[in-house]
Amino acid sequence: MRCAVIQFAGSSGDGDCCHVFKNILGQSADYVFHKETFKPADFDIVVLPGGASHGDYLRPGALAAHTKVMESVKEAANSGKLILGIGNGFQILLEAGLLPGTMLINKDIKFYADEVLVKVENNATPFTNLYKKDEVIRLILSCKYGSYFADAKTIEQLKSQNKIVLTYCGFGKNGDEEDPVASMENIAAIANQEGNILGLMPHPERCAEEILGNTDGLRMFQSILQYFEGGKTL
Amino acid sequence: MTAREEAKNLGLTDLEFDEIVKTLKREPNYLELSLYSVMWSEHCSYKNSKAVLKRFPTEGPQVLQGPGENAGIVDIGDNLAIAMKTESHNHPSAVDPYQGAATGAGGMLRDIFTMGARPIALLNSLRFGKLDDDRAEYLFREAVAGIGDYGNAIGVPTVGGEVYFDDSYEENPLVNAMCLGIVPHDKIVLGKAAGVGNSVMIVGAATGRDGMHGASFASGELTEGNEDQGSPMQVGDPFKEKQLMEACMELLQKEWVVGVQDMGAAGVVSSTSETAARAGNGIEIDVALVPQRDKDMKPYEIMISESQERMLVIVEKGHEDDVKKIFEKWDLDAVKFGTVTDDGMLRILENGKVVGEVPAASLAGGVPIVKRESRRPEYLDKLQTDFSKIPVPSDLNDILLKLLDLPNIASKAIVYRQFDQTVGTNTVVTPGSDAAVLRIKGTKRGIAVTIDGNGYYCYLDPYEGGKQIVAEAARNLVVSGAKPVALTDGLNFGNPEKPEVYYQFEKCVDGLSDAARKLGVPVISGNVSFYNEGKHTAIYPSPVVGMLGVLEDVEKHCTMDFKQDGDVVVLLGENTDELGGSIYLQELLDIVAGPAPKVDIEKEKKVQDCCLKAIQLGLVNSAHDIVQGGLAIALAECCIAGNIGFEGEIESNLRPDTLLFGEGQSRIIMSLKQDNLSTLNKLASELGVKVSVIGFVKGDSLKLTINQKDKTVGNIEVPVKKMAEVSKNAIKGRMKK
Repeated sequence: MRCAVIQFAGSSGDGDCCHVFKNILGQSADYVFHKETFKPADFDIVVLPGGASHGDYLRPGALAAHTKVMESVKEAANSGKLILGIGNGFQILLEAGLLPGTMLINKDIKFYADEVLVKVENNATPFTNLYKKDEVIRLILSCKYGSYFADAKTIEQLKSQNKIVLTYCGFGKNGDEEDPVASMENIAAIANQEGNILGLMPHPERCAEEILGNTDGLRMFQSILQYFEGGKTL
Repeated sequence: MTAREEAKNLGLTDLEFDEIVKTLKREPNYLELSLYSVMWSEHCSYKNSKAVLKRFPTEGPQVLQGPGENAGIVDIGDNLAIAMKTESHNHPSAVDPYQGAATGAGGMLRDIFTMGARPIALLNSLRFGKLDDDRAEYLFREAVAGIGDYGNAIGVPTVGGEVYFDDSYEENPLVNAMCLGIVPHDKIVLGKAAGVGNSVMIVGAATGRDGMHGASFASGELTEGNEDQGSPMQVGDPFKEKQLMEACMELLQKEWVVGVQDMGAAGVVSSTSETAARAGNGIEIDVALVPQRDKDMKPYEIMISESQERMLVIVEKGHEDDVKKIFEKWDLDAVKFGTVTDDGMLRILENGKVVGEVPAASLAGGVPIVKRESRRPEYLDKLQTDFSKIPVPSDLNDILLKLLDLPNIASKAIVYRQFDQTVGTNTVVTPGSDAAVLRIKGTKRGIAVTIDGNGYYCYLDPYEGGKQIVAEAARNLVVSGAKPVALTDGLNFGNPEKPEVYYQFEKCVDGLSDAARKLGVPVISGNVSFYNEGKHTAIYPSPVVGMLGVLEDVEKHCTMDFKQDGDVVVLLGENTDELGGSIYLQELLDIVAGPAPKVDIEKEKKVQDCCLKAIQLGLVNSAHDIVQGGLAIALAECCIAGNIGFEGEIESNLRPDTLLFGEGQSRIIMSLKQDNLSTLNKLASELGVKVSVIGFVKGDSLKLTINQKDKTVGNIEVPVKKMAEVSKNAIKGRMKK
């Protein structure tokens, strides 16, 4: 599996994603700087990492969505390559129109960094095939603009097409904190119609090693690997 | 106006003016006076503190770089080193808490990555007035948001910190930031302008009029009038800083880089004069070449501007375009504006014409050192109280819950939840435990880091208070499984021209020094912030200590939470008859009285050695030190963190409130498997440390019975859920937003 990790100006999750693909999964991973381009054939999966790209100026993801590398990302998306946007990467996918909807500021207008409990609503995706349906997993959320918003029609479509992949079902270590985010339908992750693009707010790459106290996120990366090794069916 | 009068207006003393004239052998012009005024301010020159700071132990085989550079550097094994430093941003935070706190974090980061070290962790130490004061609540809320927004945007995790609320900080809050970076031994870069003829470049953001005279501003008291002056404020841009950091990390891999320095306080003048002085060289610069974002800036404005996100870079002649290429990638300016010379002068040109010329070494280190008068404050004699007149409380549950409801004891999750703690995927133990633990990728190792201070103890007894801070910081590392290796200090005091304040400063430094020396933890960097006074109050003497520890095997780290039903719970060390200085007296009974708890460093060392050894041998499941709120609060914290109960009995001759809430030092609570108890007892007796079994991890309540000669004299029984609820809501319930 060949993985591209995009480096936008301001990205900070790029190293973390690369670390998981390379050092944990033993796959190839290359950085692509936002001023560069690539061909769809160059990679199997493209990761848009977290971190305040371009300073989050204008809106989170808004400027990154218009960088040169995004032309290549769109091309790769259209040719069916897997695209994974994490945190700010999710926001970039929304701003680039690769996923529907937008992100609003958290309900309590504060940055929120803690563990969250999320439910796997759809395990029939290339990103979640190793989870059980309705399984509750622990991930780390770290964002200020994490409140997913879309019009009623979009929400209806996401629901009817089963494209809501993860939903929040608890906040804080024990899952008993008040919801600080207020995401519509408790959305934590959605996929596009074709199913090859996933955007999620929590950070699976930070939950992929025993020493960090949580390996629930690792299975997302293993799912991707499984998808490629098991013969690619969407 | 005469030059002498101008000097006075700029904050220079007559003595200092005479020294300048003597050095230059002529009267300085306005530009030169401005340079001296910022470089000889307390903030840049440490003129009030230098003599006393010499008392710190600064050496050890592990020290690769001691005080005097951008940051200190200490070896952690495997050919890796940690650069670390603490810095204050107290005055800017009193005026604009959001920007003040944010730029504090920003300056800290630059000090680290200028040395070639990649920043891997931030910590902060905060002091505000009590939250029932509207302004204190506002300062607290905004400072936390500022630190968060800056650190989060730049992608460096905030892994720890501490916050205290006390009336003494109402007018003058304290915002100290600490940063750690990692660097291989052979990649360390120093701030030296070596090599005559080499190119001096300014990189990063353009220079504007923000932060004019910031360093001088930080060296005066906050009074009406200067509280409103907007000009000393810097405005931070974390995005630009992130770009600058990435560009510098790329740049510093190149062998043709000679020296790098952050442009922090006093911007161009401090970075040029300090790098030149360290190398024994001079620098000639042309200010007209500096990229500017304000119109018609005068040479002196360009020289002393504190615009953020800029660096001074010295490279071998001929590599200017290579530097430009790297910075272009990150959309940043890089301009050659000077040359290293051999005459020791900082020569300033404007469009080729000399407008100022002074010896670099005189700016950087020539300030006349002041030996301030020191006098023991009278209040110290009025801090006694007759403890026998204080009634022993009958409802101990009530006291315990009231203590948990104090913002100074309660959970700080509402604060650290606003900080990204895990980006970088190194954070093994997140905030909320005694120390943060980080793994070092590519090795088996880990580091632990903590920042601690107790201004109240230092107020009651500056010397013992200083000792206690070092002891507590080391203890916090030890209970996490790490061996302490080095510390960085942040010394926050009032006006040093007041003999009583200077006394506090001297005694605190003595206490810190003695404890650091005896525990074998050298001071490798630090910061002094004086003049922390408002119209009505001076702050408590408030030194803080950031300390680093190393774990040979990061898998063997330890946390405070009780883990396993049935584990035996022991107390390492001895309960003492010390109620003075406790938060129980201070905040619940309104009795400000000492003596502050005393630390016997020899005993402390033994307790710490025993704890560390026990953790390294894998004997214990949890360890937590006893600090504010005493034994009862420590047990409550172990229960809350583990979401599990405790049941125990203690036989003691002490008053129940002294036993439960007294803050006697050198005590650690550990939980372990019954099977490991005999090994622990053996280890402890070899080291001469007392171990007492006080109960078991059990159930879902904290239950403790106190017996005196087989008679029950006190009882605690509170559900863990209840304690967690109170602790969680204490700060939140006092916030307006």
